[in-house]
Amino acid sequence: MIELINVSKYFGDRQVLKSINTCFEDGKVNLIIGRSGSGKTVMMKNLIGLLAPEEGEILYNGRNFNHFTDKEKESIRSEMGMVFQGSALFDSMTIEENVMFPLTMLTSQSWSEKIDRVNFCLKRVDLEGSNNLFPAELSGGMKKRAAIARAIACNPKYLFCDEPNSGLDPKTSLLIDELIFEITHEFNITTVVNTHDINSVITIGETISFIYQGTLEWRGNKDNVLTSDNERLNDFIFAQPLTQRIRDLS
Amino acid sequence: MIKNVLEIIGEYFLFLKKVFTKPAKASEFFRKLVDEMNAMGVGSLLIVCIVAVCMGSVITTQTALQIESPWIPKWTLGFTVRTSVVMELCPTIITLLLVGNLGSRITSEIGSMRVTEQIDALEVMGINSASYLILPKIISALFVIPMLIIIAIFFALIGGYITVLITHVSSPYEFVDGLTSFFRMYDLVYVLTKTTIFAFILSSVSSFYGYRIEGGALELGKANVNGIVVSSFIILVLNLVITSIML
Repeated sequence: MIELINVSKYFGDRQVLKSINTCFEDGKVNLIIGRSGSGKTVMMKNLIGLLAPEEGEILYNGRNFNHFTDKEKESIRSEMGMVFQGSALFDSMTIEENVMFPLTMLTSQSWSEKIDRVNFCLKRVDLEGSNNLFPAELSGGMKKRAAIARAIACNPKYLFCDEPNSGLDPKTSLLIDELIFEITHEFNITTVVNTHDINSVITIGETISFIYQGTLEWRGNKDNVLTSDNERLNDFIFAQPLTQRIRDLS
Repeated sequence: MIKNVLEIIGEYFLFLKKVFTKPAKASEFFRKLVDEMNAMGVGSLLIVCIVAVCMGSVITTQTALQIESPWIPKWTLGFTVRTSVVMELCPTIITLLLVGNLGSRITSEIGSMRVTEQIDALEVMGINSASYLILPKIISALFVIPMLIIIAIFFALIGGYITVLITHVSSPYEFVDGLTSFFRMYDLVYVLTKTTIFAFILSSVSSFYGYRIEGGALELGKANVNGIVVSSFIILVLNLVITSIML
């Protein structure tokens, strides 16, 4: 379990995260939702250690991440997989090399073990036969799937996805959501997803933390997100004409 | 202004501290080192040779015009051309050319990796991105750039020789006599010391400007220009300092 206790983050005088208290449960898809600029990405960067909070604690199974030694941080990072908003695949490498990269750098597996694992991961994300393609040759959805394959290559305990649906059509977004959900349960991963996609919220959000202007405004799950009486959450969830219409109909 | 400069200098030294750490995987480091040597050396060889030949040719023609006097020995032309080319023109001019060529390539490569979150991806995996990406570039530059300068010197002298053959400003025999006269091994030590230091500045400063980019494509362009300007400035100042100390 990952817990955030009174986490605050400042950029100069501006406070981006304001005493956030929430937790992300093991083996579940945990969503962080909120409008653009609400602090979701900053929160995720704090979770994975790319930024450090000025106040508060981030606990991985009860241990404060910011008190870890460099060695301990390296060790826990080898248990993390991350899917970036823009996929962040290495341009100069083929898809096979991209997926193999963490295995090469973080494990001492033989070539045949690594290639077996790469092929397994590519098959799992439906990218069989794409081994020798370069990222520039893939569509947006394929890049996201390749990034997921790379993220799960080392059997991570924690999977972080920063807006995995951004820039994708609704159908491909659903496929990516399904894939993240299936992988989370298949490999018992603690998954944290940053999103503002309402489809993701109502389909895969086993826990949902709604961030509003840097504060945790609401916490719940996909079953009670549509029936909440929190005005700010409702403004966010029912912002689109389509969702407003569905609410009016029901 | 001064505070900003001091901050950047401090940031640069912290960056170097991060770069000069033991690579996570030696095999991967050597693979990248060979790739970098290939990209830097082979990628720059042609332009270096062309510029060197032209430079040698021009300096021979201009020197010949300045020393048209019966009182000056004929071998002076070769000697002057060699001294100019070996001691100053090739180490400095070719390095400045490489700042534009290799330096901007390094800044763009590292900067675009920063902008597209590839560096963040490395960090999340627990890999020291500065050491993984930049150490092979710096080590490679320390070997490749002095080699390129030596090759440039050779081609500049060839350029001078060809000019002598074509324009008859001196006899080839006297020109070669001048080229080989009063040669000191210390000159080579001086050139190699200077170019090794220049290579370090070129590769580390260019990498630094690429690595510290915050923002998007616009910042990448600015970083590229800043990398080239700052590297060139430091190289010219160090040229003065090293020359004063070593000669």
